[in-house]
Amino acid sequence: MDAQLQATPICTRHRALNALMAPFGGWDMPIQYEGIIAEHSWCRTQAALFDICHMGEFLFQGDFEADGLEDVFTFSVKTIPVGRSRYGFLLNEGGGIIDDLIVFRLAGDKVMIVVNAATAPKDFAVIQRRLRGGVFTDITSDTGKLDLQGPLSRYVMVELLGEEVATIPYFKFITMNILGVEAIVSRTGYTGELGYEIFIPSEKVCELWDLLLTDERVKPAGLGARDVLRLEVGYSLYGSDIDEETTPLEAGLEGFVNFDKSFVGKEALLRSKEQGVARKKVAFEVAGRRSPRHHYEICFAGESVGSVTSGVFSPMLGKGIGIGFIRPELASIGTPLTIRHERVSMDATVCELPFFRDGSIRS
Amino acid sequence: MSVYFTKEHEWVKVKEGIGAVGISEHAAHELGDITFVELPKTGAVVKQFGILGSIESVKAASDIFAPVSGTVIKVNEALETAPEIVNESAEDAGWMAWVEIADEAELKNLMTQEQYNDYLKTL
Repeated sequence: MDAQLQATPICTRHRALNALMAPFGGWDMPIQYEGIIAEHSWCRTQAALFDICHMGEFLFQGDFEADGLEDVFTFSVKTIPVGRSRYGFLLNEGGGIIDDLIVFRLAGDKVMIVVNAATAPKDFAVIQRRLRGGVFTDITSDTGKLDLQGPLSRYVMVELLGEEVATIPYFKFITMNILGVEAIVSRTGYTGELGYEIFIPSEKVCELWDLLLTDERVKPAGLGARDVLRLEVGYSLYGSDIDEETTPLEAGLEGFVNFDKSFVGKEALLRSKEQGVARKKVAFEVAGRRSPRHHYEICFAGESVGSVTSGVFSPMLGKGIGIGFIRPELASIGTPLTIRHERVSMDATVCELPFFRDGSIRS
Repeated sequence: MSVYFTKEHEWVKVKEGIGAVGISEHAAHELGDITFVELPKTGAVVKQFGILGSIESVKAASDIFAPVSGTVIKVNEALETAPEIVNESAEDAGWMAWVEIADEAELKNLMTQEQYNDYLKTL
């Protein structure tokens, strides 16, 4: 193992389960246990447990407007009701995405910011630089995070953790006592299924992992299955589909940008709106079982028009699916594309997102 | 019947001048869930260590190389709709093609089961 890699508190459990481990975002993470497709299927039909302790968590306490937090993200923080969370972006001056993240409104003057693992150190530095006051702390190493996702996750959560979980609506969270400590249970996730993200002090996260696995409806799932699950519902993966060279406009994520407020990167996005984007995200389905993969070339009428940023075989659709960026005039639904890489060539058609629509997410 | 292996983890089982070809259990395990197998066409002429087809899993895509030169006389069409057979039975039901072997002398370029097992220990 790379000495630079960080390990989550669940690491010994993963090894005991004989998980295949690999570096992800600077962490030594489980990619799969019994197999990506089996774990994917378990999450779509039962309840899958993911170790997500690698993700970063920051706390901010202060006056959102006076201290400058209100202008840091592409969405308004002060209008998030307490007990709710909101998804959006941290942008650079050019409108490029430094990270995609979720802000949880914990109290009138307090939020938790949940960010990607690989970008966490940079995010923290950027946010801190933009703040004029308040108390801003990185609580990543003190915070454990487990995701329980799948149509049966609510039953499991209610039985093992408490009745109050039953009524949490989508994108809301509650604070509750779990294993004698205060934890946050949020109705959010990255799979397209009904599910919960649980934030608990890291010294208790192993105990919670063990507790959830006592239920036979729960099986562990790795980052391999998580990637297939998120792509089937069209969620972006930071570092693959979006990065500092990509704006929310290009990525089709304008819905998470509030132009009625000020934020870093707004001027660049407004200019880009006026001039039109040079490339646009598209989703496409492959005719057949081949998988498009990151960096494969996208061609139209024999000419290279862009490249694939994420691709996989979708077990739910029984065919290859992918997203990539191409010239905007070709981004309309139904455009026939060819995906190429060395000897490989596959026919594909631009389609709508999500690829998979029948998840239990809103149930 | 004798079985031989390549360093790229293909096997060939030879009987009466015909070689059944597939990938080893080790390779199937390393690939993980197999989602697609590109089979050669019947009648295709292949060269030893030249490309025979390709295989994709959720994790990776890789070429399959012919362990022997010859002519493809039959392919395992079941793999087109159920490539997971390769995970379940890589060295039996997961065979990919039958090749009419052009030159059995080429088998000396391959490893026996015992040599392959030793080779796996070095990886």
